[in-house]
Amino acid sequence: MAEQEKGRDGLVAEIEKKITEAFEVFDRESNKTVDGREIGCIIRSLGCFPNEAEVQELLAKIEEPDGFVHLENFLRVMTEVLLDRRFQPIPEDVILHAFEALDENKCEYITKEDLVKHLTEEGEPFTQEEMEDMLAVALDPETNTLHYREYRTKLVVDETKTFPFNV
Amino acid sequence: MGSGSSVNVNYKYSLQKSENAFKAAVLIQQWYRRHVARLEMRRRCTWRIFQSIEYSCEQDQIKVCYLMDQFTPSSSKERDFISRMFISGESYKEAELEKYCDYESIEVPDSYTGPHLSFPLLPDHATALLEAFQQKQQLHARYVLNLLHETRKHLKQLPNISHVSTCYSEEVTVCGDLHGQLDDLFLIFYKNGLPSPSKSYVFNGDFVDRGKQSLEILVILFTFLLIYPKEVHLNRGNHEDHMVNLRYGFTKEVMQKYKVHGKKILRMFQNVFCWLPLATLIDQKVLIIHGGISDTTDLEMLEKIQRDKFISVLRLKKRKESSRKPQIQAINGENESGTDAAANEAAPRLSLQPQSAQAPNTANRLEFSRWLRQTVQEQIDTCRRLMDISESEPEELTYSSMVSLKDVDEPCWTRQEEWKQVLDILWSDPMPQEGCRENKVRGGGCYFGPDVTEKFLDKYNLQFLIRSHECKQEGYEFCHHRKVLTIFSASNYYEIGSNRGAYVKLGPDLIPHFVQYQANKTAHMLTMTQRQGFLVAPYSPSFNFGPLLSPSSASLCSVSSRISRVEESAFRALREKLFAHTSALITAFRSYDGDNTGKITLSNWATAVESVLRLGLPWRMLRPQLVRSTEDGMLEYKSWLDDLAMEQRSQEHIQSSLLEVIYRNRSNLETIFRIIDRDHSGLISFEEFQQTWKLFSSHMNIELTDDGINDLVRSIDFNKDGNIDFNEFLEAFRLVKQRPS
Repeated sequence: MAEQEKGRDGLVAEIEKKITEAFEVFDRESNKTVDGREIGCIIRSLGCFPNEAEVQELLAKIEEPDGFVHLENFLRVMTEVLLDRRFQPIPEDVILHAFEALDENKCEYITKEDLVKHLTEEGEPFTQEEMEDMLAVALDPETNTLHYREYRTKLVVDETKTFPFNV
Repeated sequence: MGSGSSVNVNYKYSLQKSENAFKAAVLIQQWYRRHVARLEMRRRCTWRIFQSIEYSCEQDQIKVCYLMDQFTPSSSKERDFISRMFISGESYKEAELEKYCDYESIEVPDSYTGPHLSFPLLPDHATALLEAFQQKQQLHARYVLNLLHETRKHLKQLPNISHVSTCYSEEVTVCGDLHGQLDDLFLIFYKNGLPSPSKSYVFNGDFVDRGKQSLEILVILFTFLLIYPKEVHLNRGNHEDHMVNLRYGFTKEVMQKYKVHGKKILRMFQNVFCWLPLATLIDQKVLIIHGGISDTTDLEMLEKIQRDKFISVLRLKKRKESSRKPQIQAINGENESGTDAAANEAAPRLSLQPQSAQAPNTANRLEFSRWLRQTVQEQIDTCRRLMDISESEPEELTYSSMVSLKDVDEPCWTRQEEWKQVLDILWSDPMPQEGCRENKVRGGGCYFGPDVTEKFLDKYNLQFLIRSHECKQEGYEFCHHRKVLTIFSASNYYEIGSNRGAYVKLGPDLIPHFVQYQANKTAHMLTMTQRQGFLVAPYSPSFNFGPLLSPSSASLCSVSSRISRVEESAFRALREKLFAHTSALITAFRSYDGDNTGKITLSNWATAVESVLRLGLPWRMLRPQLVRSTEDGMLEYKSWLDDLAMEQRSQEHIQSSLLEVIYRNRSNLETIFRIIDRDHSGLISFEEFQQTWKLFSSHMNIELTDDGINDLVRSIDFNKDGNIDFNEFLEAFRLVKQRPS
């Protein structure tokens, strides 16, 4: 029993170190605070896939009135998140199905207009910036369509290369 | 636990068509945002890597200079060698300089097809130069020297602080570091227009080093300076300093481009640099300096000092200085008050420890080297503290060997105080915390906080500061509640795609307007007269992925592949650094591996690496790129280090430990070498090479026997005439670096 406890303590310590590292990358002023708007980014770079609602929920627990988040609060909340393995990654095939769901004619691509409509009007809408950024890379310029299989594969490859989180 | 998988199952099975699209959108957005966050993290980590390596390099430079001061020659031969390094032509008197760097006797052959300059310069000369450089032509040495003479004459008349008024020229454009990147200068001129009576410019230092076209940039800037003296203003940067140039590439560049007259040209540049003004003031409201300020920055002092005294702000001190004694005693823990300045005058050789270090035997040397390694940082601190305090020192010439002896009438400040003023404005960086402390990362200047800025601006009734000196991802950045603006004009500074460059325009309202850009490889192929569009990214206010190439190519390569090019470069540099510290790393790893299993946890790996490299990097975030394979979360460190070595090693017959040592100290070696190679020939004698190594072995943990040195030398292909072409030697290591792993 003692061994397990020691093991768990070690695990927690390691998780805390990882969280602190990720936090500090965004800590512009090196004063253990981070702008609340970057919390989503930090959580995601630790290997989690929360949606916006979930991010906001977390943020609400730890955000200070001035919009900043302190490391100690973030550490507390985030350690639990990681230990509980919340916000698990979305598997490749699920994403594929999601794209297919938007591809009404089953033609293996989605038009720019459709994509924009779905992603900026439905779900947790993209901002215009987010939409433009995605289009800049994802669209095939000649046909103005998104070939989602290739796109998804391309991004997934990059993911697996750099996934730092290993519990 | 286990709730994760059931969520996915729900998603899979409950997709009804009407809900399909909505749920699908959520998923895609969720997944995409995660992807973007990962990219952002990678981008920031890459940036951190570059920056930390850059600054630790600068710190090295200071250490080298310091080390050379501390070196105790163990024989008269060594003593001569060292003193030869210090007696240099640095403090040329004016007349001597003119004679030595005379250009009139230099003939321009008929075969020369480059631009011809005649003085006084006219706008046509500037255009001719721009076109010539665009076509990769070289300006003849005679014209370079002539230009430098005229530039010097002009700069000498200027005050330390230039004054600019927006009422005459409407708008002023301020540019930051260019670092030899000519493409960026062309880009600025293309977007903003050439300097002219209606277009004022301030260039805020660091025109040279690192990039390969420092010379061309200086020629262009000096030309415009002479044609439009009222509209073009140059500030000195910390790289307008020949000691820094030795290390960071300008010296090399000049010698490569001007094999016959390079030395003269360098001497002239060295002199011209110290005549560059130190600051520019716009409308008495905006102060532009290269680095920053400190809590002791005094504009009145800055206005009055003789700026040409500070040929180099990184100093090599004269050997005979009595001032050394207090500092050494402090290091040795002795009583600081027991200084006897006069006592050392007699002994031309400086003893760090009275009895040792004169006998050339191994034991003392090992002790010496161990002691030195342990206390280098403390020594620098002590040295710095003592310089700043100037306690027991009389007002005589003490520290800077570069200070000329001609001044008899001194104002009430000591030379140390003056030196500190200049050092601070050229080397300081802003920090978010309040206060003012030494800039230990760079090794020079201060970190100054928002309170220091506010006090300073209040004292002199200024609105804000503009400075450069630090690379910024967007080319510019505000801090200290928008009272300090950093402007950086060298795009792709660390690597293609690492950052944008920017310049700032100020009108009479003194509200800054920014223009950003990023030089593209193909951009330089377009000539100024053709005025075709440069392929630069339109400024996109959106989430910054990094470099955007021209619209058509953006979709071809994914964003992440663009980021990974920069990233790959950063990690390559990092792996090199890790390799260079192999021995220290093994020791550190072993301390976590008490049972000698050959394995350590990844957590301990991270802690150990930081304790050795001290770069302040997020090692756990970087681990996946550095450590490829693990077993049960444990790393076999020996084989990991072997893998690193395999990437770096080239020649089998050079001992791996030697190689590691060379690697770690490559830049330092090169710097010392260039100091030794006073005629900049690129060749040093075998003996000089040996001396270099001996100088160095006091800094390294590895004891190099004479045989060891001989072996090393033999493994380099050197001419039978007893000379070593150091460029070839260094080139060999560059080739190793570039070899695909």
